[in-house]
Parts: sequence; structure tokens; C-alpha cells
Amino acid sequence: MRKISLDKLNQLFSKIAETQTLYMPVDTKTGARYEKWEEGKELSDALNTVRSAKDFFFPQTENLMDFKMEGKNIEIIDTRNEAEDFVIFGVRACDVKSFEILDRVFLADPADSYYENRRNHGTIVSMACTRPVETCFCQTFDIDAASPEGDVVCHKTDDALYLEAKSDKGEALLNSLNDVTEDTDGSAVDEQVKTVHERMSRLPLASLSADAFGADKTKEFFDRPEWAELSQSCLGCGTCTFVCPTCQCYDIKDFNTGHGVKRFRCWDSCMYSNFTKMSAGQPRLTQVERFRQRFMHKLVYYPTNNDGLFSCVGCGRCLSKCPIQMNIVKVMKKLGGKSND
Amino acid sequence: MQEIKREILINKAKDLLADGTVDRVLGWKAGEFDYDVTPAVFNSADEIEGDFVWNGFCGANFSKYLVKETLKGDGKVLVFLKPCDTYSFNQLLTEHRFDREKVYAVGVPCNGMVDVNKIKEETDSVVSIDFDGGNTVVHTLYDGDLSLPTEKLLSERCVNCKSKKHVAYDELLGEDGEVCDSGRFDEVARLEKMTPDERFEFWQNELSRCIRCNACRDVCPACTCEKCVFDNPESPVENKAPANSFEEKMFHIIRAFHVVGRCTDCGECSRVCPQHIPLHLLNRKFIKDIDELYGEYQAGSVLGNRAPIVDYKLDDAEPSEAVERGDENA
Repeated sequence: MRKISLDKLNQLFSKIAETQTLYMPVDTKTGARYEKWEEGKELSDALNTVRSAKDFFFPQTENLMDFKMEGKNIEIIDTRNEAEDFVIFGVRACDVKSFEILDRVFLADPADSYYENRRNHGTIVSMACTRPVETCFCQTFDIDAASPEGDVVCHKTDDALYLEAKSDKGEALLNSLNDVTEDTDGSAVDEQVKTVHERMSRLPLASLSADAFGADKTKEFFDRPEWAELSQSCLGCGTCTFVCPTCQCYDIKDFNTGHGVKRFRCWDSCMYSNFTKMSAGQPRLTQVERFRQRFMHKLVYYPTNNDGLFSCVGCGRCLSKCPIQMNIVKVMKKLGGKSND
Repeated sequence: MQEIKREILINKAKDLLADGTVDRVLGWKAGEFDYDVTPAVFNSADEIEGDFVWNGFCGANFSKYLVKETLKGDGKVLVFLKPCDTYSFNQLLTEHRFDREKVYAVGVPCNGMVDVNKIKEETDSVVSIDFDGGNTVVHTLYDGDLSLPTEKLLSERCVNCKSKKHVAYDELLGEDGEVCDSGRFDEVARLEKMTPDERFEFWQNELSRCIRCNACRDVCPACTCEKCVFDNPESPVENKAPANSFEEKMFHIIRAFHVVGRCTDCGECSRVCPQHIPLHLLNRKFIKDIDELYGEYQAGSVLGNRAPIVDYKLDDAEPSEAVERGDENA
């Protein structure tokens, strides 16, 4: 394990930025967001960014390719330009876990080369949480906020930052930082992890369980009458899906430029009335069905297709952002998320 | 913090259910942490007794829900309306968007609603909240109990409350208030004084955060089109995410134009924005312009009123006046 005192953090960041683009959460007056680091920017202590870290691998809008038309010829132009390595610094445990969930979708054969390309170029430096809040429920999905996954895992105490490599990529990054960090044992980190575990056990949602849900439970939950009540005031907006680190639906659309075509991909939301609209219309006719789809996907369909893994990481963004304050916790409690007590 | 107690609302709801005046109630339902209140339909006295809340977090404006709710069944729905909600209620009725006969409207006085984001500026965790006189007591995980003056926590639209007077109801609980002399146009005036470049930068910065979740549109009581142009694959402007910064602005500016003369300034757009974009300022600019060009006009204040924008009078402002005003501000 390596260590650097907090007053030298700037040296660490500029060292990383010498060779790679460095992104990290910084505070703004409307919450923390990931920004490219440059001299003068400070790492935010916010628990989480308003938008999740999925943007780095699955951006909200991307130009997939262009088609240039000349006479009877169509030229296909590859618009990709992401070739540089980058580091995302300070990703929380929940968001780190979301990458595994997205990987299973985008890297499954045939792999999405756009996503894969960015994933290969990115190094994840995670940051252990110290002050989880009332909207946090990552432990429901067996995520440990105090010991995140990642290429490099960081723990921040009152006076120092501790870094530990967890992968070859992480090892390479840490080795390149040996000049500014020093060797240390993990005792300070162990102490902090203990404190944070104790804090996690006292969170209001600590006893929320997902045991009732999981693979092959479609029949059990699909026709439950509670969906109508749960979805009754849903506005059908895309807030929950767009702030969610694991929502991965997208739409592809061609725009006619007059002398060719620009093909875009952008996030889509199963909450939208025009989601997956096809010649026969939208298969989910009312908001009850659209609402059900989102939660069934997180709690039943995804686990069914992915060895029981849930596709919610308990980051709590939807809890604080839904305009009508309906969210996956309320859904789980209503439909059978039993208490561990 | 509210003068009218929850008991008065739930007793009224239970009475109206019991005597058959209504067969369901549109109200605010308790959540996990006191601040996460959800709009809900209550069908029985038991449901109301259990989950109905009336506190400083009942900001949701129910008027728009009536468009869909009144299409269900033959019975009447009871709706509780705060003073600002009644303007949206009237405006929707003026636009014939729901059947007045299917609604029993009960006006509720309001002392303003709390913006939980303002609490979260003071502490990172909010486990539960009590209202104690003029204070909001926040029980936190790490900062103990905080007692904060409620006045300092009110949402922007309540700090600049336009009216404590109900303009539509079948029945009123408590005393009615007056139209307020608010400072709601002060921020617009500040923006007007900027140079065009400064103003462009202000909006560029604000709107660049937009994630096109459409929450502003979906919550807006003035946005009740059956098919929004932005959702219609047949329309050339349909898109789910902006491809560039121009499209972000286009969406919001087109939407603001679309609700001109119909926006009551209820402030729901800014309340629900996950990115805290002050969208209400776009609408207020239009309201201020209408006031100055055509005389004071408040959408929804009188049932059946025609907005100056869709009405014609001989002494209406000439287009050249707008150009001259633009030159003054430039």
C-alpha cells in the first residue's frame, strides 16, 4: 500500500496528468460533477456526483459513424477518436460496481467496440466512502462502500490518502507515482474501514433486502397488482434512468445532413412513451407497464440473464432526484423487500 | 410549519368519502424520510389515516394529474389545492383540459414549502424532519439534530410567493390570503441588465447541465399536449438527447415560448430539475414582458381569461416596440 499526505495531493494529480487525462469529481454550486483535472481544481469530498460515472464509457450522445454519399457511392466514415488513456479518480463503490453491470451488457459477444475501446483506455481509481447517507443502500446488493473495487483503491483519512493497486492497470499507475508516494502498512485504513462499517450498519436503509427478488422470479412479480399504485403518479420522465449508473438503454438515429448521414446513439429511457417504438407501436402501452419494466429489469430480468447479479447498485441518486419521489426502495418494500431484522 | 393541521385535511377527506361526495382523494403520501412525499390517490379512510401527509414537503402541484384522473370512472375526485396550485387549476379549466364536474376542490392555506436541497446544503444526511414553530428540526446521521429557521429553507418560488389567495375551490379550509407583492421579477430584471454576451453566457452555463430527462415538461401543468413535438418521430425536432449545445437551448426556449400566456409561474419546472437549472426564469421573462407590453396579466387568475398573446386589442403593443426594447437592453 502507498500513501501521500493530503497537502501533497496536487503533486499526485499533476504526476498522473503528465501522461494521462485525469478526471475527478469537483464541487460546483449545483453539486459535484466529473471534470478534467487541471492545476487549481480540487477533489470534491461529496459523497457522489450528480451524474454517474457511466458517462465515461457510455456517453449520453455519441456520433457512431458518418455516411458520405456521392452519386451511387456511400463512404462510411469512422468518427471515433478516443485513443488516449485516461484515469477516473475518486469513483465510489456503487459506481465502480456499475461498470461490471454495464460490462456484462456491452462486452458480451459481440462486444460493443465503442464501449470496449473506452473501457480499455480507462483506469478506475476508486474512493472508499466515509460518510454514507440516508439514501445509500449499496449493502443491499453486497457492495462494500468502505472497500470498493477498482484498478486502484483509495482511502482518504484526515491527513492522508492511501492507495492500493488491485489490477495490472492499477499496478502500472501506482508504480508511475512512486516518486510522490511512500510505502505504508494498512493499519490506518483498517481502522477507518471498521468505523465506516459501523456507520453503514446504522443507515436507515441498512436492513433493506433484495432476497425476495432475483433470477427467474418473473412470474412471481409480473402481474402483481401493486404496480398500478406504485406507478400511478409517475410522470414518465427520464430522470431516474438518466441519473442511474446502470441504466443502459439507447436509441440510434440517423440524421440526414443533405449530402450524407450522421448516425447518433443517445441514451433512451424505458419510461418514455416513444421507447422502442416500432411499426406496430410501443409494446408497453401505459405508464404502469413502462414503470414495471424498469424495476423488473433491475430486480428480475437482469439477474435472470446474469447469474443472479442485480442491476441496481444502491447509489441513491433516484431517491434524491425523482420529481415525485418514487423509487426502487419504495418498490422493493412494497413488493416484498423483507427486512433482515 | 403549516397553520392548517393534517387532521383537518384528513377529516375533510374522510367526511367527503363517507358522504359520497367523492370516491377517491388526490393527496400527498408519506415516504421514507419525511421529505420524500409522493402524489397518490387514496381510496379509503384507512389509507388516508395511514399514509396521508400534510407538511412542508407537499410542494407537488396536483392540477395536471386531474387531466388523467378525471377520465377514470364516473365519481368525483377530491383534490387539495394550495393557492398557487389553483392558478394552474383555472388555467387547465380555461383550456378545457378536464371536466370540472368530476372534481371537488378543497383549498388549503400554505405558508410555503421547504426545499430539501437547502437543508442538504447544511448537512449531508437527513434521516427525519420535524417542524417546530418557525424552525425545521433535522435529525442527521453525523451532525446531531439541527434546528434551522424554516424561513431560510423555503424554495425559491415560496420566498417569492405570488399569491396566498385561492382563485378556485369548492370549499376552503381556514382563512384565505391575499395576492402577494413579491420580488419574483427581480432576478429577471438583473438578467435584463446584462449585456447580450453576459446573458448568453449565463444561459449557456445553466442549460449546459441539461440531461434532457424532460421532467420539466412532464411536470408542467401547461404542457398537456397528447403528443409533444419533441416525442414525435414524425417531427424534425424529435430527439432524446441533444447532439450539441444549441439543441439544449432550443428545447427549453421553444418550450418557454409554447407556454407563454399560459404559464402561471407555479415553479414546478425548477422544483423537479435534477440539475437545478432555474427554468422558471425563462417563463418569468415572458410574464414580465407581457405585463409591460400589454398590462398586468396573471395566467389562471380568472377562469376563461384570454391571454394577451392570443387576444387582439386596438391598443396592443406594436412589434416595433419589442425591437426598441431589445435595443435598449443591448
